[in-house]
Amino acid sequence: MVKRFVALLLLVAVGAMFTTLLVGYGPDLELNLTARYYAEHSAADIGAANIVTAIIATYRGLDTLGEVTVLFLSATILGLVLAQGRRQASRGSSLVPAGELLTTGSRVLAPLIILLGVYVFVNGHLTPGGGFQGGAIIASGMLLLLLADPVKRFSHRLIATVESLAGIFYVAIGLIGLFLAGGFLDNRFLPTGELGALVSAGAIPLIYSLIGLKVGAEFSTMLAKLSETEAL
Amino acid sequence: MISYLAMATGFLLILIGFYGVLTNRNILRMIVAFTIADSGVNLAIVAIGYMPGRTAPILDATVKAGDAASRFIDPLPQALVLTAIVISVGVTALMLAYAYKLYEKRRSLDIAKFTELKW
Repeated sequence: MVKRFVALLLLVAVGAMFTTLLVGYGPDLELNLTARYYAEHSAADIGAANIVTAIIATYRGLDTLGEVTVLFLSATILGLVLAQGRRQASRGSSLVPAGELLTTGSRVLAPLIILLGVYVFVNGHLTPGGGFQGGAIIASGMLLLLLADPVKRFSHRLIATVESLAGIFYVAIGLIGLFLAGGFLDNRFLPTGELGALVSAGAIPLIYSLIGLKVGAEFSTMLAKLSETEAL
Repeated sequence: MISYLAMATGFLLILIGFYGVLTNRNILRMIVAFTIADSGVNLAIVAIGYMPGRTAPILDATVKAGDAASRFIDPLPQALVLTAIVISVGVTALMLAYAYKLYEKRRSLDIAKFTELKW
């Protein structure tokens, strides 16, 4: 009882903090300096129609590389934690088979979902979307396959190869930018092209496709590792 | 108005998440509460970037590069939240893996059963 009271007290304190924040908040009427710079310069400098993509893939590309690294680490640690002391399981017999609808539906839908994911990350510099969103969509297609057939084993070697190659090429593109253009992950060693065209914005479509493949592979690894745990 | 509403919803979600983390004893429920608080934080950050009467930061036929600075909302919070969402997926996956291992050890998900680090 005391514990619940302390929890409520803490919540009231945090709530009071939030209320003062909310009362004191007013939406900006002008863009701040950094945002103004990005809004004004990204079309001419980077050539990407989507300014959020220009920020993520180029202006703050190093942050994004770090983010992908964090994701890679968490996928690896997940595998490490779950693999510890794993018993050789004899499973599959006790599972109820997935229904006809789910099995057939997953066969129809999974390729379309993966196609949509590819579309989203290839068009990341033009539309709301990009590598992370496209990767998550691809992983959701993998999740559908896992739901339809939980005993299914993905080829871990294939996923790991896709992930490693995408990571290596991502860093390689960054280094090429360092030597041929303005700096690490600078996209302008390829022509920026016409604003709004699919092949434009220099190396951003390449960078975002690699990020999409890497993120999709990492999420799929996580899902596969979690689904391979035995029922306790 | 929209940004106030979104920000209030975000703060409310954070509070709901905190309440769930503090009062639930089941580890899985705590993880769910944690992700709710996570969504609240993301919503509040995106709400900060909203500016009334402006549009999404994507250049197209209606918004030319010249008047971008007067037509766009702040793109930075969106880029930050994109990062935060992806990281939160990794954190959630790790929490689930640890919950699985804890259950494997103790055959229970009750947080009160784990007293090794209690003092």
